[in-house]
Amino acid sequence: MTEPDPHRTIEAVWRIESPRLVAGLARMLRDVGLAEDFAQDALVAALERWPEAGVPDNPGAWLMATAKNRALDHLRRGKLLKKKHEALGWSLESERESAAANFEAALDDDVGDDLLRLVFTACHPVLSHEARVALTLRMLLGLTTGEIARAYLVPEATMAQRLVRAKRSLSEARVPFELPRGADRESRLTSVLEVVYLIFNEGYAATAGSDWTRPQLCAEALRLGRILVGLAPGDAEVHGLVALMEIQASRLAARVGPSGEPILLFDQDRARWDRLLIRRGLEALAAAERLSGARGPYTLQAALAACHACAVTFEETDWMRIARLYDELATLSPSPVVELNRGIAHGMAFGPAAGFEIVDALSAEPALARYHLLPSVRGDLLLKLGRLDEARADFERAAALTANERERAFLRARASGIGGGSV
Amino acid sequence: MKFMILVKASKESEAGVMPGKELLAAMGNFNEELVRAGVLLAADGLQRSAKGARVRFSGSKRTVVDGPFTETKELVAGYWIWEVKSMEEAIEWVKRCPNPHEGDSEIEIRPMFDAADFDPEYVAGLVERRERLAAELAAAGRPVPEHLHKKG
Repeated sequence: MTEPDPHRTIEAVWRIESPRLVAGLARMLRDVGLAEDFAQDALVAALERWPEAGVPDNPGAWLMATAKNRALDHLRRGKLLKKKHEALGWSLESERESAAANFEAALDDDVGDDLLRLVFTACHPVLSHEARVALTLRMLLGLTTGEIARAYLVPEATMAQRLVRAKRSLSEARVPFELPRGADRESRLTSVLEVVYLIFNEGYAATAGSDWTRPQLCAEALRLGRILVGLAPGDAEVHGLVALMEIQASRLAARVGPSGEPILLFDQDRARWDRLLIRRGLEALAAAERLSGARGPYTLQAALAACHACAVTFEETDWMRIARLYDELATLSPSPVVELNRGIAHGMAFGPAAGFEIVDALSAEPALARYHLLPSVRGDLLLKLGRLDEARADFERAAALTANERERAFLRARASGIGGGSV
Repeated sequence: MKFMILVKASKESEAGVMPGKELLAAMGNFNEELVRAGVLLAADGLQRSAKGARVRFSGSKRTVVDGPFTETKELVAGYWIWEVKSMEEAIEWVKRCPNPHEGDSEIEIRPMFDAADFDPEYVAGLVERRERLAAELAAAGRPVPEHLHKKG
């Protein structure tokens, strides 16, 4: 029998324990930055001792006790002593006892609420998107600075700086370690979901690079989403976002070829889609729809993704439903790309004339002026409508806009394949 | 990485004895912890093997054998599917699990296959097919791949 590599074991323990550790410390210290520092101290201590002394039976308790002692030392010695005492309202005499009691309470009382506080703090609007993402990966998912740096393709020193600055911004802005309430809660939750989806997309869009950390970001975002569902089970859009990520993640294996090149949705071998994740996605979508009559943007996108997930073959796709969902999405969060997709869906569902009407209206849209798929889609609809000269011109225009050689060749071939003029 | 965590059967589980209140509560807490950590994807308990059946294959012949089956320690009484980063993380989680039976018991951890484990030739075939189709799709005005509108 072989003993597992202690460093890999420590890494595993850290992933499991660190969010609770940081959350518990933050509750005691009322300072997320300090909490994170002491949690890191405990990790360093573990890395020093466990390889020789062995991993303790209850590694979580060991880490917490170590971090707690560091925090108490700091409070006792540090220049911040007075300030901290004022902030905590402690008397010097009962410091040790009350701190210990506080820690036990932080552990036993409601870890869930502490974690949720930590989520809201890490994703606080006072921080830049970059900082929110970095803090979230670090404090809620237990990634190391090196891992986060590799995932975002920046030097480790840059990421370390970003984390330090983020923590400083939180304490300078005196961001309280608390759960936002009322109307504030909704906008803060939006910020949290945005951060989760940013992390997911960073991994999802990554098609190059041999480092596992980029695709791993999808798994990390999904893990955080699943954690959030447990922390805030009453929020429809949390379920909606998880549904969207589960369904998109179900296609991860099918969407990238062996050299890392993307395979389009319609080209994927649907047998390689992960049925377990699809099932989980559909369940999360049902939960979102149960909780709220009006679908939010994540729930709507999840519903769209579900349409494809439920079609065993491309031909079975329910375009009527997709068209209706895009109508809803275009009303809720309109954008030129949503509109283009809406046009395609209407073309598939109700015929080329219906699709053309929507797509043609986008011709003057500046955001799509250099987007080759607009003339490509428009050309196809024109061709189906028998307007051959216009179709040819659109395919030529699409060919001139695309950066992909093979695609350009095919678009040219399509243009020249349209014989004679229109009748 | 996905792992299947297999809880082996015991004399009691094979006899159809349901776990006691305490164990159920402890297991409930453990499952809740797994959910809160975003680790748990699926879980089920299996009925005793007396209610099961096996189909044996020999060439083109199939023979149905009804349970119960005798090799108790090799039988599975329940499973989880977890998404974790490494075997070490799976082991750490299993160590936190309450003893699933009253007496001695065993839990087996098996990594599940993922995309990287598939036959490279099969994948290469897909790529060839993809290259042939990719240009056609773009030009045919097939719907824009969803990642284009999910980023914004």
